[in-house]
Amino acid sequence: MTTSTFTSSAGASRILRSVWAAIKKIPPVYPLFFAIFISIGFLGQSYQTMPGILNFLRRAAPLAILAIGEMLVLATGGFDLSIGSIVTLVVLGSSKLLNNDPANAIPSILIMLGFGVLIGLINGTVVSYLKVPSFIATLGMLLLVKGGALYWVGGAPQGYLTDNWRFFGREYIENVPILGRFPVALLILIVIAAFSWFIFHRTNFGKQVLAIGDNVRASQLSGVRVRLVRTMAFVLSAVFAVIGGVLIGGYGGVNVTIGEGLEMQSIAACVVGGVMLTGGRGNVMNVVFGAFTMEAMFNLLNLLGLPKPYKDAVQGLIIIAAVAYIALSTRRKR
Amino acid sequence: MATITVSQNKWKQALGRLRIPPVYIFLVITFAVGGLLDQIFADGQIFTNPSIFMNMIVRSVALGIVAVGQTLVIIGASIDLSVAYTISITAVMSSFIMQGDPNNVPQAILIVFAIGAVIGLVNGLLITKLNVNAFIATLGTSLILKGIINGTFSNYTGSIPRSFEAFGYNQIGPIPISILVLLLVVFAGWFLLNRTKFGSHLYGVGGNNEVARLSGLRTDRVLIMAHIICSLTAVLTGLFIVSRLRSGAPWVGPDGIYDLESIATTVVGGTALSGGKGGVWGTLAGVLIFGVLDTVFNQLGVNPYLKTVLRGGIIVLAVASYTYRSKREAA
Amino acid sequence: MTQETLARTTQTPSALQPILEVRHITKRFPGVLALDDVSVEFLPGQVHAVVGENGAGKSTLMKIMAGAYVPDSGEILLQGERVTFSHPQEALQKGISIIYQEFNLLPERTVAQNIFLGREPSRFGVIDIGKMNENARVLLKEIGVEQFISPTAVVSSLSVAEQQLVEIAKAISFNAKVLIMDEPTAALTSTEVQLLHDLIQRLTSRGLAVIFISHRLVEVFDIAHVITVLKDGKFVKTVNTQDVTTADVVYLMVGRTLDHYFPPLGSPEDFGEVVLRVKNASNHILKNINFTLRKGEVVGIAGLQGSGRTELAQALFGVVPFKTGEIELRGKPIDIRNPSQAIKNGLGFVTEDRKSEGLLPKQPIRDNMLLTVRAIQNIFGVINKNGIRKAPNLVPNLGKQVDVKTDSFDREVQFLSGGNQQKVVLSRWLASDAEVFIFDEPTRGIDVEAKASIHDMIRDLTRQGKAVLMISSELPEVIGMSDRILVMYEGQIAGELPAKSSENEIMLMATGNKPGDVAAAGKE
Repeated sequence: MTTSTFTSSAGASRILRSVWAAIKKIPPVYPLFFAIFISIGFLGQSYQTMPGILNFLRRAAPLAILAIGEMLVLATGGFDLSIGSIVTLVVLGSSKLLNNDPANAIPSILIMLGFGVLIGLINGTVVSYLKVPSFIATLGMLLLVKGGALYWVGGAPQGYLTDNWRFFGREYIENVPILGRFPVALLILIVIAAFSWFIFHRTNFGKQVLAIGDNVRASQLSGVRVRLVRTMAFVLSAVFAVIGGVLIGGYGGVNVTIGEGLEMQSIAACVVGGVMLTGGRGNVMNVVFGAFTMEAMFNLLNLLGLPKPYKDAVQGLIIIAAVAYIALSTRRKR
Repeated sequence: MATITVSQNKWKQALGRLRIPPVYIFLVITFAVGGLLDQIFADGQIFTNPSIFMNMIVRSVALGIVAVGQTLVIIGASIDLSVAYTISITAVMSSFIMQGDPNNVPQAILIVFAIGAVIGLVNGLLITKLNVNAFIATLGTSLILKGIINGTFSNYTGSIPRSFEAFGYNQIGPIPISILVLLLVVFAGWFLLNRTKFGSHLYGVGGNNEVARLSGLRTDRVLIMAHIICSLTAVLTGLFIVSRLRSGAPWVGPDGIYDLESIATTVVGGTALSGGKGGVWGTLAGVLIFGVLDTVFNQLGVNPYLKTVLRGGIIVLAVASYTYRSKREAA
Repeated sequence: MTQETLARTTQTPSALQPILEVRHITKRFPGVLALDDVSVEFLPGQVHAVVGENGAGKSTLMKIMAGAYVPDSGEILLQGERVTFSHPQEALQKGISIIYQEFNLLPERTVAQNIFLGREPSRFGVIDIGKMNENARVLLKEIGVEQFISPTAVVSSLSVAEQQLVEIAKAISFNAKVLIMDEPTAALTSTEVQLLHDLIQRLTSRGLAVIFISHRLVEVFDIAHVITVLKDGKFVKTVNTQDVTTADVVYLMVGRTLDHYFPPLGSPEDFGEVVLRVKNASNHILKNINFTLRKGEVVGIAGLQGSGRTELAQALFGVVPFKTGEIELRGKPIDIRNPSQAIKNGLGFVTEDRKSEGLLPKQPIRDNMLLTVRAIQNIFGVINKNGIRKAPNLVPNLGKQVDVKTDSFDREVQFLSGGNQQKVVLSRWLASDAEVFIFDEPTRGIDVEAKASIHDMIRDLTRQGKAVLMISSELPEVIGMSDRILVMYEGQIAGELPAKSSENEIMLMATGNKPGDVAAAGKE
């Protein structure tokens, strides 16, 4: 490098090349998200305003939180299929526990968080100690939690969710400088994302999650307490699902299918965010944007005026296309 | 050449010689315990009434047929989450085309099998040619199918002619046709896996794709074929369901959770999700366990939601019964 | 030495036409020129060894000949005719078979199913199983191993050596004219290697050309007729084995003489107190293990494959713990039930299988190096971007210490050469402050220079007062490195030998300590 002399044009091309190299390093989820978001900006006037954007982010927040939790498990090389039914449990169970009394809001949320910890511990134990593949273990948990929740409330929603319970999902912080009304749900997402980013990228725990996802045997032989790390990932995933459930219940209605399919959406958001389903890779920011991409896509389909069933179909197409694009672009880099 | 042989459980060795998957022990236990509970707490018909016994197996037919297909793709280290909506499409399309007229039956069957083949082909192509992870690819096609079917039909559509009900209801001698079909499908699955080049290649692709490729196999073709067969078994399940219900509705597939349950029964039957290992006889046992449980729960009058809970628990326990001793960490 | 002189040396008296020839092969990977204008001829009936350090381009050349890579330029001639391969299958069909370094068998399938995968005798797609097993039996008989291996045995039930034989059977079943073997003996013990060598002799006597990559020069000299040396992707020289010495070949490979293969042994005054004492320890494989390990010494552990060497390491490290007996560390009895406890007690373990038990392939070099340090720390311990907070320079220091050749510690470890990967794994334990190091095959499958530097590092550890237990199936390594040698046989320590014992003494003990059995040892 030091010996070469170059003209200004060679220098410019070199700069261009390094800029291009930097661009190539940007994870594909970002161009994908901005492409979709800009197109919804053209179609829906509200997406050009700050309240509109904040509202969009508020709606995306629960999925992003669920996806971060799912990512922690996917990065260990496992699956967590139980998170959608945890959302169902949170909404149905809270409506029962609240018993139409606002005073019960905080205790019921705390009880749900307790359930989350318990479910995560069971998932982690079944996978770590009984060696059941997590796909099956959490599939069993899906049935268990869903059946349990419905059995508890007797098959139909009981009562309603009180306004103070709905605070986290529905309310705004007023008069924030520049931004105006700031959704509480978005604030919670920011807190969760920051917390997750920190534990995933800046603690021994996060590095060990990636380590066991990459090579569990090598990790074990290097002293990583695989079962502890894995169980913690499941607990965090379940707790995040509870938090997501509180936000979803906050602005949605009480209904028995409210959590259905959320585990698949979260996994899809993770994959769009560059997470490998075989473990060993993950990035909190990319996954958050993966969830935003999914939400933007749902909005796009709404704006296009597609009836609900066709939205499913187009969603399927886009997931495949996004993942194929990511698969092909990473393969080309090799 | 010095090798160390670890002395193994004698039971296991004996079973190994007979090549009976260990999951049959679990099936026998489930049946015995269930029947005993039935004796104590209900009318005890499981042990005494042959028609209840037959019915127990008939309950397993729908899941059993598609689980054979699922076993094939899982042996190929792939997975198919789209079978539930393939079943729905088949049920709705076949009864829509038949419209109660026996003359429409052949063309209806032909068309639904063709649709199934296309679904399997698309799944296979996405996974092999576009390199999309099988989980995501079939989740995607599942969503597409869901959209199409829910957008086109919203309720029971059309009907099947009486003659077609034979598949679901008639018997040959004492044995229901549907059970014969199930056994035929399981046998065909066994034959494909153990006696044909396709089966041998599928184990190769699932066991180690690179080895298979270096051995000159056209790995993509093998996996695509497995996906097509899997979708075709889903179609057959759909036809069976419609013959029982007499008309097809869009929710019959997802309501039966055929996607996740076919995977669960396959794994319960001893086929590894990582591929390259397992077989259809184990899957049959897995499916029968579910059938036994269903019957026992019905006999005992268990709350339907509690049934779901118990199912979830039993899936995990069944798999745990032979994984917990494994020295390797699960993921 | 110029091209002309070496051309003369390759002209063997026999006027044989080369069966396979590569001319001016060049292959470039992103950032690396893997092969630069390489030309070599391979004669039928000869064992032709290709040697060179890691990164010399041996494996790339093999893969090009086997059709796994397409060269950027140059040509391949098979029996004088120009050929091009776009898929390994095409090379196979033309009679070029390759056995890769990694095992290429399906563990859950039978021997016959593996051999004939993709070529099953069949009618209308239905396999004729009887015929397939019979064909496999004939093939196994042809290479003289039918008494060890049944066609219907499931591969995972076979030993490593037996699996290797199945691979060879599979390779020659394609009517191979050329058989390429990439490090075929890396996982074998010396008796097994002998068996393989006999087999290779038989194959060449039938006119087969065997191309052989190995890092074990002793073995190369045992078996090869000609040796081709590559260095940095360039052809260096082809020599007749009988015309050169090991030192000559090493010189050609590294461009300088390696004046010592092994660092000097420790002297008695270097050895301190006993750090590790094992008393009457047993488990389902190991029986009545007794030994001590002192500060500052390297104790070598020799023994045949399956004698319990690796199991001993695993028992000490808590992977498969002892069931009875006592372990004392620095005089205090300890109970190690899992690796994590072993590490807390100051043990370190470099495993024999780097790929499946050592590396995190998709993680950066940095995180591979820090894995153990981080595992010891509090699980919620905060780290910073470049490593750990307590010691920000730990990673570059470790990199320097073990001499990892890389431009950045952010590079994923899967893209490093075998030698560099091993150094990364080693550095993980240097960082962990271990007192007792267990090395299981520390230099398997890595090149001469990396080997020497790893040997130096091991000796450095003992100079710092650490204790080292080193398992190796390479007897020269055991003899060159060990201050004492423990020999294992059938799960027991058959005996202890002093430093610089001969290979013969070790082999005697390793085969049951019956002096009359020397001859038998060669045959087993």
